[in-house]
Amino acid sequence: MRDVAIVSFAQSNAASEVRSEVEILQPVAAEAVKNSGLARTEIDFTCSGSSDWLQGQPFAFVMALDAVGSWPPIKESHVEQDGAWALYEAWVKIQTGEVESALVYSFGKTSPGDIAQVQALQLDPYCVTPLWPDLDSLSAIQARACLEVGVVTERAMAEVVSRSLRDARDNPHAVRKGDHSVDDLLERPFQVSPLRELDCPANSDGATAMVIVAGDRAKQLCDRPVWIRGFDHRIDPPALGTRDLTRIPSAKLAAEKAGAHRDKLDFAEVTAPYSHQELLLRREMGLADDLSVNPSGGSLATHTLMSCGLNRIGDAAMRIAAGKGDRALAHAGQGPCLQQNLAVVLEGE
Amino acid sequence: MATIEELVARAEPLKGPHVIEYPFRRSCGPVLSKFFTGLREGKLIGVRSETAGVLVPPAEYDPQTAEGLTDFVEVGPAGKVVSYAWVSRPRPMQLLQHPFAYALVELDGADTGLLHMVDVGGDESKMSVGMRVAPRWKAEREGSVRDIEAFVPEAEARPAPPVIAEPDEPVKSVATPLRLEYDFTAGREQSIFLRALASKKIVGARSPGGDLVYVPPRGTDPRTAEPTPDFVEVSDKGTVVTYSIVRVPSENIHFELPYVCINVLLDGSDIPFFHVLQNCELTDVRLGMRVQASWAADEDLTESVESIRYFEPIDEPDVPFEQFKEYC
Repeated sequence: MRDVAIVSFAQSNAASEVRSEVEILQPVAAEAVKNSGLARTEIDFTCSGSSDWLQGQPFAFVMALDAVGSWPPIKESHVEQDGAWALYEAWVKIQTGEVESALVYSFGKTSPGDIAQVQALQLDPYCVTPLWPDLDSLSAIQARACLEVGVVTERAMAEVVSRSLRDARDNPHAVRKGDHSVDDLLERPFQVSPLRELDCPANSDGATAMVIVAGDRAKQLCDRPVWIRGFDHRIDPPALGTRDLTRIPSAKLAAEKAGAHRDKLDFAEVTAPYSHQELLLRREMGLADDLSVNPSGGSLATHTLMSCGLNRIGDAAMRIAAGKGDRALAHAGQGPCLQQNLAVVLEGE
Repeated sequence: MATIEELVARAEPLKGPHVIEYPFRRSCGPVLSKFFTGLREGKLIGVRSETAGVLVPPAEYDPQTAEGLTDFVEVGPAGKVVSYAWVSRPRPMQLLQHPFAYALVELDGADTGLLHMVDVGGDESKMSVGMRVAPRWKAEREGSVRDIEAFVPEAEARPAPPVIAEPDEPVKSVATPLRLEYDFTAGREQSIFLRALASKKIVGARSPGGDLVYVPPRGTDPRTAEPTPDFVEVSDKGTVVTYSIVRVPSENIHFELPYVCINVLLDGSDIPFFHVLQNCELTDVRLGMRVQASWAADEDLTESVESIRYFEPIDEPDVPFEQFKEYC
C-alpha cells in the first residue's frame, strides 16, 4: 500500500444558501487547493460526489467543474454518492500508481427542493417509492426496532443529542448547536415517533473539498500530514424487510477491514444522521463507551447531503492535524437506515 | 432600464419555481410480476429462499447465495407489525393525509417485513409492536403496492373485493410517475444575467486576465476557477458559428417545425450563446451569417432568456470562417 495523506480540507455549511452550487463550491475548493501547497495545475486527479436530483438539474455535476477549473484538460471522475466515496476512488487511483495527488470535493444543496421526496427516490422503485416513505420515517422504524430489543434507550438517544449539540458550539460550521439537558430533550414532542426533531439531522446546504497526496511529497507539503492507514466500504442488502435493522453488518465489516482496532483510537467522527444510529455504529464498529465520538457535533449539528461523510473525514483529519489526537476512525454512511458504510483510519505523523 | 452597476448592486439572487416530472413505467420482470399480479387478484405472494425463508415482496435472487428463486407461496393476508414510525404530520406526497404509521409488516407465513402503511384512524394509541393487521384492499386494483390502501387492525379488515374484470395477462410493468418541485435559486451571477435581460441587455463576465468574456457569466473562469467579478455588456448582434435544424417536436417548444437553433458568438463575447433563429429560410442559414436579437415588447420583458424572442438575420456581410473557427 502507498502512504497517502490528507494535506488540506475546507468546508462551507449553512442552513440554506441562495448562492448557486458553483458559487458555494468555488471558494471552498480554492481554499483546499491553496492550503495544500500545490498549484491547481499540479494536482493530478479530480473526483467529486454529488447528486443531480438535489437541485433537479441533470448533469449539474458537470457544471460544478467551473468551480474547480478544468483547463488544461484535467483527469476527472464523479460518483453519485457522498464525497467520501469520491475520496475512496481517488485513494485507489493513487494506489494504482497512476497519480500522486487528488482534489476531492462534494456539494449538496437540498433547501430548494423537498429533501424527503428526493430521498425517497433512492428506495426500491417498484414496492417502496410508490408509498413515498420519507427517510425520517424509515429511520424511526429502525429506532423503534432498536428500542424494542433494548440496544438503545430514549435516554441514551437524548444523551447523544445533548452532547452533539453542546460539542457543536465549538464548530463554526455547525448550523444547529446549543445546550440542552437530557431531561429537557425527553420532554419535547415527537417529530416522527419515536424520533424527536433534534434526533433528526440538521439539514444544511454546503460543500467540502480535500487534497490528498502520496508519500514523501505529502511530508514536504505540511508539518503534520494525516495519513490514511486503512480504507474500506461495504453494503447491506437493499430490501429493508430482509435486514435486521438493529444491526449494521456492513459498518462492522468496514471498520474491521479498515483496521480500526489495530491500535488505540483517540476519537471517531461518524455519519449518524439520526441519534440512535450513533449508538448502533458504536456497537457495530466496536467503539468504547468512553471514546469521544463526533467532537464536531456530527450530522445532528450539520448534515449536508452528499457532503456530510467527506465532512466527517475532513473534520477528523483537521483535528489530528491540529494535534488534538493521533489516531481516529472516520465513517461515512448513506442509504436508508445506514445501508452503505465506509470506514477510514487516520493517523497523525 | 437598469444599468449594469445597478444590476450588480442588487445582491439578492432570483428564485423561481422549477418542476421536473418523469412518467416512468418500469417493466417488472417475472418475479415481481407474480407479486403484482397477486395484488391485482387480492393475494399476497412471496418466494421461498434457502437462507432467508419466505421473502415478501419476492426477491429474484437469494440475498446470501444469489441463487435464482422460483418457489412462490401465498402468504398473509394478515400479519403482525414488526416496527413502525408514527407520522403525525403527513407530507403532501404521502398517500394518507391523516396521521398514520409506516410499518414493517411480517405477513403470516413470511420471514421478512413488508413496508406499508397502517391506518388506525389517526389514533397512535392503537399502534403497538406485534399488533395484528390485515390489508384494506382497493376495489379497483391494477397490480401495484398501492392496491392495498393500508393495513388496518385485523378485526376491521374485510376480504378483498373480487376483481371487476379478470385480465388474462399477468402484470408486466408498473407505473411510477414522479413529480419533484423545487424553489430554484439562480445564484448571484446568473441573477445578474437574467435581470439584465429584463432591461434589454446581455451581460457577460470578464475573465480575471481580461482576455475572454463569458456569456452567460458562469460564476468563475471555467479554465482556472477564479472568480469573475467584472461584468460587461455585450452586443445583441453576433455571428452564427454553428447551427442545427430541429425537426422533432417537443412539448416545451412553441416554434413551428422545422426551425433552426444557433450558437451565436455575440460581438464582444468569447463564448457562443445558444438561441433560436427565425425569419430565415432553412436553405439560407449558414456559418458566418450575421444575426441580431429580436427583443420582446417592453411590457413582456422578464428575467428570462425568453426576453429575447429569437435571433434574425441582419443586412451585414458574412464573417469569414477564419475569424471564428476557434468557436465552432
